[in-house]
Amino acid sequence: MNNIASLLCGIIFGIGLIISEMINPEKVLGFLNIFRDWDPSLAFVMIGGLIISTPIFYLFKNKNKPLFSSNFSVSKNKQIDKKLIIGSIFFGTGWGLIGLCPGPAITSIALLNMSSAIFVISMFIGFFLASKVN
Amino acid sequence: MNIINFTPISALTGGLLIGLSVALFFIFNGRMIGISGIASNLLISKNNRIENFLFLVGLILGPLIYNLISLKEINISISSSLILLIIGGSLVGFGTRLSSGCTSGHGISGISRFSLRSIIATITFMLVGILTVLITGIL
Repeated sequence: MNNIASLLCGIIFGIGLIISEMINPEKVLGFLNIFRDWDPSLAFVMIGGLIISTPIFYLFKNKNKPLFSSNFSVSKNKQIDKKLIIGSIFFGTGWGLIGLCPGPAITSIALLNMSSAIFVISMFIGFFLASKVN
Repeated sequence: MNIINFTPISALTGGLLIGLSVALFFIFNGRMIGISGIASNLLISKNNRIENFLFLVGLILGPLIYNLISLKEINISISSSLILLIIGGSLVGFGTRLSSGCTSGHGISGISRFSLRSIIATITFMLVGILTVLITGIL
């Protein structure tokens, strides 16, 4: 059941990325372009996400266990360290250069777009390299 | 500053679906979604491999199902050069793995837990993203 739930959640997430247009790099770059022609739309994507995920997290986090798994597993890392800041700076740079982050990049594979395929392959190489540094 | 192309309704609707996905994944499987974590762990870790794989399959099925239901074409335009795509993709992969999160993992899942770590990460990558767009716009 956990696998079916995972597939379903992926589908819902992917459709959310399409409807919100997060999948479109032009839209993302428009959001980051606050000093010139600004498109504030993506702030509403975040608000929409948080309105649902925040109350559900607090309602369920103290329950015994999730429906299809033996226990809740949430990151306990509270460290604000160099890795967090440097990683976020790297990510922000790549995001601002192209307008794609991991979710939209993977989702856009469905559109058979050559540019996003190159981006995704490079992203996986980046994952691999970072895992060697850690 | 001018406001252009503002689409709050579709942005909010899409955001609600993303929030629903995060919420359901937590209720069902007990984990908070972060796409960079799911994708990089699929490559690197043996834990939850099938679950992670199927989530990514779902992500890719999303546009196809949307297309079948709405009969709308999905158009995206990426104008970046090959070398820029390679640099950008590597930075996104390396950076999100190093900081253990991306727009979803820190920006939605982390902030909904009021994790200070995630709030700082989100502010950092947003500011750097804004700065990058500002600089590339001038060049």
